[in-house]
Amino acid sequence: MVPISAYLIVAVVLFGIGTMGVLISRNIIVLFMCVELMLNAANLALIAFSRSLNIMDGHAFVFLVLTVAAAEAAVGLAMVITIYNNRESINIDRFNILKW
Amino acid sequence: MDFPFPEYNLQYMLPEIFLFVWALVVISFDLLSKRNNGSTTGYLTLFGIAIAGLLLGLVGNGKGFGKMFINDNVAVFFKVIFLGAAFMAVGSSFGVMQKKIVNHRGEFYALLLMSTTGMMFLSSSQELLSIYLGLELTTIPLFAMAAFYKDDKLSVESGIKYFIIGAFSSALMVYGMSFLYGLTGSTDLAQMKVAFFKTHLQFGDMGIVMILALIMLAAGIGFKLALPPFHQWAPDVYEGAPTPVAAFLSVGSKGAGLIAFAKIFVDGLYAYHSPDMAPNDWGMLIGILAIAAMVLGNVLAIRQTNIKRMLAYSSIAQAGYIMIGMVALSASGIASVGFYLFIYLFANMGAFAAVAVFEDMTGSCQIKSYAGLARTSPFFSAVMAVFLLSLAGIPPLAGFLAKYYVFASVVDVAQRSADSSWMYWMVGIGLLTTVFALFYYANVIKVMFFSPETSPYKVEAPLPAKAVLAIGVIGVLLFGLYPEPILQFATGISSSLHFMP
Repeated sequence: MVPISAYLIVAVVLFGIGTMGVLISRNIIVLFMCVELMLNAANLALIAFSRSLNIMDGHAFVFLVLTVAAAEAAVGLAMVITIYNNRESINIDRFNILKW
Repeated sequence: MDFPFPEYNLQYMLPEIFLFVWALVVISFDLLSKRNNGSTTGYLTLFGIAIAGLLLGLVGNGKGFGKMFINDNVAVFFKVIFLGAAFMAVGSSFGVMQKKIVNHRGEFYALLLMSTTGMMFLSSSQELLSIYLGLELTTIPLFAMAAFYKDDKLSVESGIKYFIIGAFSSALMVYGMSFLYGLTGSTDLAQMKVAFFKTHLQFGDMGIVMILALIMLAAGIGFKLALPPFHQWAPDVYEGAPTPVAAFLSVGSKGAGLIAFAKIFVDGLYAYHSPDMAPNDWGMLIGILAIAAMVLGNVLAIRQTNIKRMLAYSSIAQAGYIMIGMVALSASGIASVGFYLFIYLFANMGAFAAVAVFEDMTGSCQIKSYAGLARTSPFFSAVMAVFLLSLAGIPPLAGFLAKYYVFASVVDVAQRSADSSWMYWMVGIGLLTTVFALFYYANVIKVMFFSPETSPYKVEAPLPAKAVLAIGVIGVLLFGLYPEPILQFATGISSSLHFMP
């Protein structure tokens, strides 16, 4: 049997890639994919814990996280289209009208 | 076979169910009337919120859905605040609707109602999963609402910024939650507490993992609360978003973050301490965040020229004052937090409503456009001044009492516990920052009342906005002189959260 630590390490790696992506990437779509990656890392960790503890709460959690991610994607992509319509760009460096 | 069905007890959820259905009613009404219905949609929404408030008063306390949904004193208190915020946000939105959102009133109000539903679910949640769902249901509609002026560059930009930060922070939060679940073997905060109490963790102590998980949770919730160092989105979003949305964000989203924070950190995890972390350290960590918020918010607010941006920084500072009440981790502390939020609702929603009225008329949010307003519209200027002075904490107004109770609760705890000199420092810094706060609030008042020129504008507020301003002023004045009812209501909260003796 694969030990739980293996799954958790994959989850940490995925989460790290996602976080770095959000911080580094300049393209909203890529940035958005990185957020999804972070959510999936959380899902993987939840499933691994749930399986190893034999408690089903984690499974339910994962389904709902997936649902929420889908809802977020719907709103997010709609906003990407809106901003493309009035800026002709999805590079976040261009979104700098609001500044302190 | 006999399944142990949980008791559903759906009646406790009646206000939430009603609000959600009402959101669908509002959007259907808007579509069926071919979007040609004047302000009726807005009045319909106000009516729905009032009915939900009535239902909330009728259902009483109890548990539904197993133990996933709890209607206790905390939940009811926060639900009242959220419904109040929604009511005042809708009330101040009529002018914006006529000018800028003519064809999408239904969506706007439906999103607002759904966000309120999320906040109400959040206040009743007792469990990581429902806390997460509640927070998401709160914020996802707010993303769309922040970007509601589709052709306005500022609004869309603020929406996308809010969206990125919101999605990122909730991903951090879920990851933190997954570890919390793994370590304690439960998503239920009550069971988690038991697991911590017995230091009966599933995989040994794993102190560092636990602390990482808590940091991620704190970061996720800190973004919602706009506490430094997670505050950068707030000024941008408040400036770009439609003013009623900014108002709703400032109270609603802050309240949602606060209740999530209270549930997870104060109620759920106070029992957790590893060898290198005493329970008192929780208070200190929160205290550091609070000090950062007060100093940063108040200092940066001084140089703002846009009033919405100034109010955004002021709301960051206000979050700092609220967090001071949390530092005490005591019953009186949490009661003072509740009281503060309640007063903040009136003063802040009122100030934003006034800004919205002025913006609808002049199209400007610059502080300098307020010059000489007291000569042409003295009443409006006086109302605005009352809100700002209450936010600053000037005595006869309720904002003063709110600040007083928050600081008093910390001093009270500091006197009783050893090794608490940092708490006095914190209170000292807090009092010092209120002086800075007075400076920028008074600046707006100075511009309105003592500017040599006479304003070219004469403020005419639509009726619902007038009502909101009146509610705000009455709340701020009345509860400043007669705070007992709210204080009692807020003290009731502490009976539902459990603290260290």
